[in-house]
Amino acid sequence: MEAHAAAGHHGPPAAHQSSRVNASVLGMFLFIASEIMLFGSFFTAYFFVRVVNGTAWVNHYILANGKLFQLPIYVAFINTAILVTSSFTMHWALTSIKKGNRAGLQAGLLLTFLMGLVFLLTQVREYSRLGFKPSDGAPATVFYSLTGLHGAHVFVGLTILAFMTIRAFRGHFSPEHHHGVEIGGIYWHFVDVMWIVVYTTVYII
Amino acid sequence: MINPLRSEEEAFRFVIGTIAYFGAIAGAAVIDKWAGLVVFIVLTAAILVLWLRARRDEAPIQTAPRPSGANEHRILVIANETVGGQMLRQVILSKAEGVDEHVLVVIPALNSPIRHWASDDDNARAAAADRLEESLRRLKEGGVEATGIVGDGDPLQAAEDALRTFGADEIVISTHPEGKSHWLERGVVEKARERFTVPVTHVVTDLAAEREEIRS
Repeated sequence: MEAHAAAGHHGPPAAHQSSRVNASVLGMFLFIASEIMLFGSFFTAYFFVRVVNGTAWVNHYILANGKLFQLPIYVAFINTAILVTSSFTMHWALTSIKKGNRAGLQAGLLLTFLMGLVFLLTQVREYSRLGFKPSDGAPATVFYSLTGLHGAHVFVGLTILAFMTIRAFRGHFSPEHHHGVEIGGIYWHFVDVMWIVVYTTVYII
Repeated sequence: MINPLRSEEEAFRFVIGTIAYFGAIAGAAVIDKWAGLVVFIVLTAAILVLWLRARRDEAPIQTAPRPSGANEHRILVIANETVGGQMLRQVILSKAEGVDEHVLVVIPALNSPIRHWASDDDNARAAAADRLEESLRRLKEGGVEATGIVGDGDPLQAAEDALRTFGADEIVISTHPEGKSHWLERGVVEKARERFTVPVTHVVTDLAAEREEIRS
């Protein structure tokens, strides 16, 4: 009987990777997992401030610099509807290219980008009308931090979407090769889910 | 760990679920904050139950190792402390007859659940490394040359990890007899047959009986 520590093989060994998830998709999920931890720390700060300063953040009002300010709950609701819809158009874009429908891909990505842009611009506009600044106390700081962190992610998502859209209009992606859309789509859905959590906890509850 | 979201489609379904979940909580909270809390508790509990059920009923994803070369036979042995048994040695020797065999012994680093969740596996790995050394020595005495590694605490995961790098033609799982084996209680052999495309041989090693036999 012979002993063999390794098979006779020349050159570097074949890469070992999970047969269940593609490496780049797995990378995006690991990135999202780290992002969830980042958002988790901000949510911890938010809940801490609300519990400690119970009277400073009640019924959609926030105490900043000694005054009560109403949060723009209805504008934020419209913004939420826009962002949620953009997830549907994102999904439409991907299913279109899987079926070989290039026009559907282009329209889906363009609509997703435009809706994301409207969301971000509306948020910036609302910041200017809120009446309080991030430095006006802990609740104000937490409010701007949490919504601002999400806004930063929307900005990153828009950048990714812009590249995806340009590539789609330049004829990239096919029913067999659409990994760029798949990975960008996963990120966009993550941004959407985080906003639903932010909107429910910060604006509604 | 199995990722619950493996594609954009699954992520999109997750978005829909999130909308329904938070929509129900927010809707109830607008009516009454305590109603919101009740909906939150009920929905969270329901999701946990459904998730656990789905996980239990989910068919395992099969792992197919890469094929070996001509006249080459790769045997992956998964065992805990029973690797030195005579029966196992005989099985390996019979399977290695007339072929260029490669034997990899994987000893799972068995750990308590609390230590596992606390990522405290240093002692478990050290103990597994000692068992591995002893096992390889005993196999060598019995005429079986093998290499070995310490694997994951879950024997199935340890086998899957080893398959990715070793690429076995056959898996041999060595356990204690029925009634003494935790692995048999957990159905490790049946699960391995469902999960891996290569043949799985179960070898029962009764170390106590073997010791008795040697004494007599």
